[in-house]
Amino acid sequence: MVASGWYMGLAAALFTIGALGILLRRNALVMFMCIELMLNAVNLTLISAGRVMNDLNGQVAVFFILVVAAAEVVVGLAIIVAIFRRRATASVDELSELHG
Amino acid sequence: MVDFLWLVIALPLAGAVLLHFFGRYMKEQLSGWLASIAIGGAFVIAVIAAIPFFQGGEHGTVILLWQWMPSIGANLEILWDPLAALMTLVVAGVGALIHVFAIGYMHGDERFPRFFTYLNLFAASMLTLVLAGNYAMLFVGWELVGLCSYLLIGYWFTRKTAAAAAKKAFVVNRIGDFGFMVALMLVFTTFGTLSYSGIFERAGAELSSGLATAIGLLILVGAAGKSAQIPLYVWLPDAMEGPTPVSALIHAATMVTAGVYVIARSAAIYDLSPVALTTVATIGAFTAIWAASIAIAQRDIKKVLAYSTVSQLGYMFLAVGTTAYVAGIFHLMTNAFFKALLFLGAGSVIHAMSDEQDMRKMGGLFKKMPTTAITMGIATLAIAGIPPLAGFWSKDEILASVYARGGWFSFLWIIGLVTALVTAFYMTRQWVLVFLGEPRWDEDKHPHESPRVMTVPLIALALLSVVGGLINTPFFTTLARFLDPSFELVDMQLPPEGGLLVTVLAGLAVLAAVGGIAVALVSYRRPRERWLDFEQGFGPLWGTWEAAYRVDDLYGATLVGPGKKAAELAAFGLDLKVIDGAVNGVGRLVRNAGAWTRTLQTGYVRNYGVLFLGGALIIVIWLVAGGM
Repeated sequence: MVASGWYMGLAAALFTIGALGILLRRNALVMFMCIELMLNAVNLTLISAGRVMNDLNGQVAVFFILVVAAAEVVVGLAIIVAIFRRRATASVDELSELHG
Repeated sequence: MVDFLWLVIALPLAGAVLLHFFGRYMKEQLSGWLASIAIGGAFVIAVIAAIPFFQGGEHGTVILLWQWMPSIGANLEILWDPLAALMTLVVAGVGALIHVFAIGYMHGDERFPRFFTYLNLFAASMLTLVLAGNYAMLFVGWELVGLCSYLLIGYWFTRKTAAAAAKKAFVVNRIGDFGFMVALMLVFTTFGTLSYSGIFERAGAELSSGLATAIGLLILVGAAGKSAQIPLYVWLPDAMEGPTPVSALIHAATMVTAGVYVIARSAAIYDLSPVALTTVATIGAFTAIWAASIAIAQRDIKKVLAYSTVSQLGYMFLAVGTTAYVAGIFHLMTNAFFKALLFLGAGSVIHAMSDEQDMRKMGGLFKKMPTTAITMGIATLAIAGIPPLAGFWSKDEILASVYARGGWFSFLWIIGLVTALVTAFYMTRQWVLVFLGEPRWDEDKHPHESPRVMTVPLIALALLSVVGGLINTPFFTTLARFLDPSFELVDMQLPPEGGLLVTVLAGLAVLAAVGGIAVALVSYRRPRERWLDFEQGFGPLWGTWEAAYRVDDLYGATLVGPGKKAAELAAFGLDLKVIDGAVNGVGRLVRNAGAWTRTLQTGYVRNYGVLFLGGALIIVIWLVAGGM
């Protein structure tokens, strides 16, 4: 069995990739995918921790998160599609009308 | 009848309210007579209610109408004592005659009913003042008469001078009222009540002489404002911008005597302070001679009478300051008769001369308007102090009382005597200039005798000026016995009794009067050039008198100018820059802070992301480092 430390390391790497993607990319779709990446990195830590502690609560929480994330993806993608139809661009830098 | 006394105030008040709302639908005659009947009715009720006092010894009663603020002794209550009764009779009686006169005088005025609204409102306010049973109610009346005075001086407000005169009267009175208010606060903190009965009976035991002096001097400030004494007299001559019946009613017979009344009413307080009394008497005497000397050189028929009023009020202050309260109130009454008559006569002349007021452009009016001429002649002799007319008895009683006081008052007595001579001179000068000599009026003037509605009040007042003094002579002291119950708590200076001294004093007074009249007759019963030469003979002195010692210029330079500057500084410097500046500054601060913080919102998601991540990292590090 692989030591849980590796899982945690993988989760940390995925989370960092996701966070960097959010900060560095401009395409809304890509940024959205990065968010999902971060989300699932967290899921991975929950499952690993549950396994290590011999506690099912970690896996139960992940199921809830997956369900909510599915709903969130629906709403988020719908917004991105709507914006793309109106603007013909998916760059978030173009979407700064509400700046101060 | 005492139960109906509230009607004395309510009748003219009802008249004012009625005329205010429905006057515009009434004909001139109707509104004028309505107002006259309202004040006449008040007079009749007052006469009937005053009957018990004529038998003497009656103290009077307090009639509570409505509990307003009983804990501080401020209720709507009437003190019906001899002093209040006499004042009520003078105000309502002379007031009624002047109302009737005004029906003729104001004929054809655009806002005729409005004029009578104000007159009735004034009558109600003045009666509130004299009938009040406590200082709070007196103060209400005191301010209301000031308001009516303002409204009536500025009645012809389209004239710039009238509007300015009204404002001046109001502002000068405000200075006096400030002193009066402070006096009332002192009274309240000392006695815990404003009710006369609560104050005067306890004053002797509870009031220290220092506090009595302070209260007395502060009341004097108020009285000097209302009664036009030095240094606050300057508003009264300007007040002549109002219609002549107003000058007669408010600025000669009634309102301006309120100061004398207040001092006489507060006699129990003054009784404890010789300093305050001496100040009152001194101010009175100096005002008397000061105003009389100005009156000598006036050209305007009403200005002569205005300064004459100031001078006569000075006599009254001299009297009450000498504690000769009865003599002061007596002179207040006789002055109300002959001064109202003089003003109404002047009004009759002005009316006949189509609003000409310069005496140099009159002359020879005796033949044109004999009734006015004769009645005014009687008033002139009365004010000069020729026996047995009213003015002689009251003025002689004042002078004799002042003489009897001795000391510093002997000096004031000499001033009073000289003033009597000057008074006789300028009043005779006026009468001669207006009624005798060759006509000097412009060709387009057609003088004529006034209608009966104006001459009848003149005749009535002339009769009063003749016999009015007989109620208090050395032989029949009716008025003294009438008033005594009001002053039995205090020491009173009486004129010396009987014998050679009285005769000599009276003789001196008459000599002064006759002397003044003789000089005026000799000087002015001559062609125009000759009396002009006579006036020139005084040199610059005459010009100084004519310009009223240039006191207005002095006040303008020392008080009004800097006052306006200070007001401007407060309005455009302090208010606009400091106060508004602070408020605007707070607004600007918030706006600038907002303008800076809004730049934090760049609209770039990655900026928010970095901050978010940074925040999360800090929390993580803190947790890992073992915080909590």
